[in-house]
Amino acid sequence: MSHDMSEEKLPESHGSAGHHEVAAHGDPFADPGLPAHQPRRTDIDERAAQRAERQVSLMFVVSMLATVGFIASYVAIDPDKIVYIFPLGHVSALNFALGMTLGVALFCIGAGAVHWARTLMSDHEIPAERHPIEADDEVRADVIEQFRTGAAESGFGRRKMIRNTLIGSMALVPLSGVVLLRDLGPLPEDKLEHTGWREATDVKPLQLINMNTNQPMKAEDVIVGSLTFAMPEGLSTHDEDFQQQIAKDALMLVRIAPEDIKDTESREKGFEGILAYSKICTHVGCPISLYEQQTHHALCPCHQSTFDLADGARVIFGPAGHPLPQLKITTDEKGFLVATGDFDEPVGPSYWERAR
Amino acid sequence: MSSASSTTSGAAKPAGSTRAKPANKWEQAADWTDGRLGIYSLAKANLRKIFPDHWSFMLGEICLYTFVIIILTGVYLTLFFKPSMGEVIYDGSYIPLKGIPMSEAYASTVDISFEVRGGLLVRQIHHWAALVFVAAMLVHMMRVFFTGAFRKPREINWVFGFLLLVLGMFDGFFGYSLPDDLLSGTGIRFMEGAILAVPLVGTYIQMFLFGGEFPGHDIVPRFFTIHVLLIPGIMLGLLVAHLILVFYHKHTQWAGPGKTEKNVVGMPLMPVYMAKAGGFFFLVFGLIAAVSAIATINPIWAYGPYRPDQVSTDAQPDWYMGFSEGLIRVMPGWEIGLWGHTLNLGVFVPLMIFPLVLVAIAVYPFIESWVTGDKREHHILDRPRNAPVRTALGAAWISLYLVLLVGGGNDLFATHLHLSINDITYFVRVGFFVVPVLTFIATKRWCLGLQRRDKEKVLHGRETGVIKRLPHGEFIEVHAQLPQADLHKLTSHEQPPVFELPAETDENGVAAKAGLIPRTRAKLSRGFYGEGSRIPKPTAEEHHEITSGHGHH
Repeated sequence: MSHDMSEEKLPESHGSAGHHEVAAHGDPFADPGLPAHQPRRTDIDERAAQRAERQVSLMFVVSMLATVGFIASYVAIDPDKIVYIFPLGHVSALNFALGMTLGVALFCIGAGAVHWARTLMSDHEIPAERHPIEADDEVRADVIEQFRTGAAESGFGRRKMIRNTLIGSMALVPLSGVVLLRDLGPLPEDKLEHTGWREATDVKPLQLINMNTNQPMKAEDVIVGSLTFAMPEGLSTHDEDFQQQIAKDALMLVRIAPEDIKDTESREKGFEGILAYSKICTHVGCPISLYEQQTHHALCPCHQSTFDLADGARVIFGPAGHPLPQLKITTDEKGFLVATGDFDEPVGPSYWERAR
Repeated sequence: MSSASSTTSGAAKPAGSTRAKPANKWEQAADWTDGRLGIYSLAKANLRKIFPDHWSFMLGEICLYTFVIIILTGVYLTLFFKPSMGEVIYDGSYIPLKGIPMSEAYASTVDISFEVRGGLLVRQIHHWAALVFVAAMLVHMMRVFFTGAFRKPREINWVFGFLLLVLGMFDGFFGYSLPDDLLSGTGIRFMEGAILAVPLVGTYIQMFLFGGEFPGHDIVPRFFTIHVLLIPGIMLGLLVAHLILVFYHKHTQWAGPGKTEKNVVGMPLMPVYMAKAGGFFFLVFGLIAAVSAIATINPIWAYGPYRPDQVSTDAQPDWYMGFSEGLIRVMPGWEIGLWGHTLNLGVFVPLMIFPLVLVAIAVYPFIESWVTGDKREHHILDRPRNAPVRTALGAAWISLYLVLLVGGGNDLFATHLHLSINDITYFVRVGFFVVPVLTFIATKRWCLGLQRRDKEKVLHGRETGVIKRLPHGEFIEVHAQLPQADLHKLTSHEQPPVFELPAETDENGVAAKAGLIPRTRAKLSRGFYGEGSRIPKPTAEEHHEITSGHGHH
């Protein structure tokens, strides 16, 4: 490193060595004042300075080349091209080339500028004075006096009726803004209380449609230990309001050996051990999708609320506050699983108006 | 066209302008601008403005630069993104999604990733810069907190910075909700559940925000306006105010020789800081671009479009929302029935603690100045060890944040560390209360230990590693006196007096018991500055006695 650095150019030889310590008169902790400036190598060695200059310029040149590379990549590389780059794996060639060239182009400008500042620009530390933020007493008194004059001229303090009605009008006028927000959406009414299953009646039951096959299901289609997802008959993924409907209607079906079902009410709502629970978690509404067949526990992967499907979907762990609602199911004359009514409580997260 | 009215040629300067003739065209242009904008007066104060140098001042710069990067890339993305929930069938170049119904928002995000050349890169830069932005704000805020830089006159700027952090977090949330992919939809569903938990008005806010029932068709266009217009607009205003105040207050500086409360020592804006800070922008931008080329973030094509009845495992928010996710995951599911209504404490309590965790840090400057009664301006920074209680409070806050982050990522911790998710949740429930307290105690003791070491160094000097054998055979290590600059640096911090209550009896001997508020203040002040919270500074006498060299070493 120092082979091109002649000894006589070292700071010691320049006679600018070290601190000029103030003699401490009794106080060893007194502020000795700003230390003397220490020259850098580039300050005293012209060859080092020239080398630094070349380094800075080199970085700017690399940046120029990288920008040319960016434009060339944009034009030349097919967006669909995938390449293998160790250790990243298979990546989009265009994304990689654009990102690396842009990164180099920008980084080298920055590195060049910082290197320039650190090696060649002056590094003399300069003290600057601070002034208190607070105004002095004279200014303060003057401003307060001027304000008093202004306030007196407005008569704001004297004419109390004007003042009070002004405050009143200013307090009320933002209400217009709040009222204008009313048409953002409809009123809640009883929307959260019902799902698409409300269309089902004893006379005209709704079939349960398997979400995977889009077919109605027979009892024997649901095997013990499996979890099946279902939606009401008549709902299609192409419906305009499908998202809104499925957000409430989604069902999960499990089949548990009837003697393993601990909750009798729950068993009666099911059909030969097939139980239909809302898929929407009662915590904040994520869909429940993890099922452990040995224990009949269902777990919401979002916040880990765990429900025991064999015991009326009681909450056994996690932040949910109440069991999953269960849909009463039976079979129609053709043997297809059907619902004859809505859930008897609202599905999804609880809310103020929800009766408990 | 008509007769020219200008008759004088080569006339003398018009009356009124006494300015010297500009030396070149640049000066001429500057003169012209000065006549209209007053730039000379503006530049006089700022061109050679002094900036003190410390690496930690870069943290704020990173915040500023990533904000600029986010705006630049964000504008580009709006040119291609369609903030609409209208349904389309995907028919682009990404085969796995072909034929699947999805919203225009999701389809256009996939298109930006695969059809628009460079679109993927800009998306990645936007997201990476957003992550770095929030992280840098948090770390910048820690720097300001632990060094006491928030003290008078900078309390208001602390609050501005806090608001920027909160708005940044929320804008991040709205941003990753926009592509309408499976993960973002799950985040919005969580928000719906949280809103529904608000007593009395929850269902109304939900209906108005979503334009009906979840998810409806309005949420993406509405979030888009909030994400690109409302929040960034407010942030831009706050940012400008933040920077104006930084300029006005001037930077803080560390204690050291020649540095006082009345000066600021450093190098001038032009040229050193223009080059350093300007160059640093390109360093940050360049690095983020390179990271975006290498590391994939938010691969929405892998998640698929949002469907309310589907979810992927390890559904996670971005890390800066992790602590709120932790709160919601570990809170027990308490619901209270009240006269036919439901109070959903299991969601509402976390929803209320969330702002409290944030606001606790926002109001800290005001609490500290009230406890200490310190109304002076401060420009010299505290070393964190010299303010043990503040440092310990900050560390306790960070530990709470981290504990909740563990709660928010409990599924990942469970799968990666092979732990039971239930155990992690129980740990977080206890840790929420216990870990900050333990962290407080440990940090305070650590600070006091460091103070003791400083005192030792001041009085006995630095260990030289030279072993000396005394005539009677004892070995000692030779200690070298510190230079005066270091002695000054290690002893220049203040140790303010504890706030004492006025005497219990007045001059007539009548008992005058202090009110609850002064008594609280005195107690807190003892906690801050009392005997257990600081090691007395070495005095000149102590130093003199030891260095006078009679049997001491």
